[in-house]
Amino acid sequence: MSTEEQELNLRRRLSGLSRLPLLRGARVSGEADRLQRQLDRLQDESTDEEIWRSVELARHAERPYTLDYVTRLLDDWVELHGDRGRADDGALVTGIGKLDGRTIVLAGHQKGRDVKERLDRQFGMAYPEGYLKAMRVMEIAERFGFPFVSLVDTPGAYPGVAAEQHGQGGAIARAQSAMARLTVPTVACIIGEGGSGGAVAIAVADRVLMQENAIYSVITPEGCAAILWRDAGEAKKAAAAFKPDALHCLDLGVIDAVVPEPEGGAHVDHAAAAALLGAAIAESLAELEDVPGEELRRRRRAKFRGMGVFA
Amino acid sequence: MSEARIDIQVEHRHAPAGADREHPNTCPKCGSHYRDDELASTLQVCPQCGHHFPMHARARIEWYADEGSFIEESAGVRSDDPLAFFDLRPYAERLVEAELNTGLGEAIVVGQATIDGHAVELAIMDFAFMGGSMGSAVGEKFSRACDSAVERATPLIAVTSSGGARMQEGILSLMQLPKTVCAVEDLHEARLPMFVVMAHPTTAGVLASFASLGDVTLAEPGALIAFTGPRVVQQTTREKLPEDFGLAEQNLRFGHLDAIVPRSEQRDYLVRLLRLFAGVGV
Repeated sequence: MSTEEQELNLRRRLSGLSRLPLLRGARVSGEADRLQRQLDRLQDESTDEEIWRSVELARHAERPYTLDYVTRLLDDWVELHGDRGRADDGALVTGIGKLDGRTIVLAGHQKGRDVKERLDRQFGMAYPEGYLKAMRVMEIAERFGFPFVSLVDTPGAYPGVAAEQHGQGGAIARAQSAMARLTVPTVACIIGEGGSGGAVAIAVADRVLMQENAIYSVITPEGCAAILWRDAGEAKKAAAAFKPDALHCLDLGVIDAVVPEPEGGAHVDHAAAAALLGAAIAESLAELEDVPGEELRRRRRAKFRGMGVFA
Repeated sequence: MSEARIDIQVEHRHAPAGADREHPNTCPKCGSHYRDDELASTLQVCPQCGHHFPMHARARIEWYADEGSFIEESAGVRSDDPLAFFDLRPYAERLVEAELNTGLGEAIVVGQATIDGHAVELAIMDFAFMGGSMGSAVGEKFSRACDSAVERATPLIAVTSSGGARMQEGILSLMQLPKTVCAVEDLHEARLPMFVVMAHPTTAGVLASFASLGDVTLAEPGALIAFTGPRVVQQTTREKLPEDFGLAEQNLRFGHLDAIVPRSEQRDYLVRLLRLFAGVGV
């Protein structure tokens, strides 16, 4: 797509935004402002540096993780553990809590903060057990009519011998089909790294949001560079080529909205980042709450079935 | 690690045929060498040791489908280049080259056919086209195959052979996972079955989407079936890999497959399934 086409696309989106009920009110104009700024930036060409900055911010060691948002956004949080088969995967946390007074079910990847926690949580890379755990809480959401919210932050699904033996590929596939079957409102947000199958496994949602500095990609920049350039050191080039930043994901129709972050990035002010994220999730849920379950599911499948660009 | 093990995640990407590369008709397992017509007459299976060479989509369709029954669908769907992707070479150039080399428009061929008189929909992947990688066009063709099966109330038979999602289409390739998953959900909602035959290799994004959702799942002997290939697992975790890591035989042992079926027996096996499932659907 040429820059002019991109610009046109963005302008169209911008004009569309002002019509959406989701985008009334202060926050909404905030989003429109931001898009306008993004549009301005596009006019002087979104640089490879900017894309790489997103990659760095998405992986920032101080960036808020799922549980940082949970403690700030949810009341009465009860974490649920274990897949009822084999293990409790610390890389993917699940539970029930109240968001603005209504009960929701949540699943999210969790990286660790210090070395020990990082190892315990496998750096946010889930085993199949993690995805089975997520499917277990999806069932709870479906049974009781609770909305399902997922927070995505993983470099990818865990690449190990045991993970393969326990059926990593199948677990990711089945988690997606479980989400494709839900008749409750679902919202996913990419809050850091949206790495490949391990990310999309819990992101087949009615509304897919993405934080301003998050990335969402088919492979890590390093992995892509190692394969296509045969040199993992070319990660920057790879990222510039496959464009994992939020603006491009929005442009390609992969996500529904960009969630603003505090100036400088989410790591600068966890509380402010949580407030912005909470508001965006609440808005999306409000938008979905009156849609009948069967219709939600039909639209969700139609949305994902419409993704892709081909000749 | 045995030599037969190929880590497609790394090797299939257009590695130039070096001097260390075996001739494609030399059996990597036992070293026997064959003429093209010899292999064609044995369904591309080594008569000495049973090694399954890759089978092209069109040859497989000819083998499965009743003579003259196959009607190709969505043949005009081609990949686009939404990111204007350029690594060492432009993606657009790689696409043209793949089409010239394989005579295929994409890494999957779909269409309707009959097998022993049973109407079916076929979705057959071909590794020769850019490592069988799944981009928007593959996702779209597979999805349309599901729709066509629903329209005619027939089962879907999918044969997978893929290195995973196609990196050159970036995030849109990743979106083909939920896209094909949703297409299978629509098929299942119409109470129609999907039978999957996993050929070497079935990995990454294809394994993590429609390939794993079959009602009955078969694999070819020796096929690599893994979300992450052995080389990447080794590099990332430094774990010692079991001898048969990721192979069909290990997957069967761990409960991920219903059966390993040699190529020569696959048609009969599928016919039996079609008889069992005859009359299902709306």
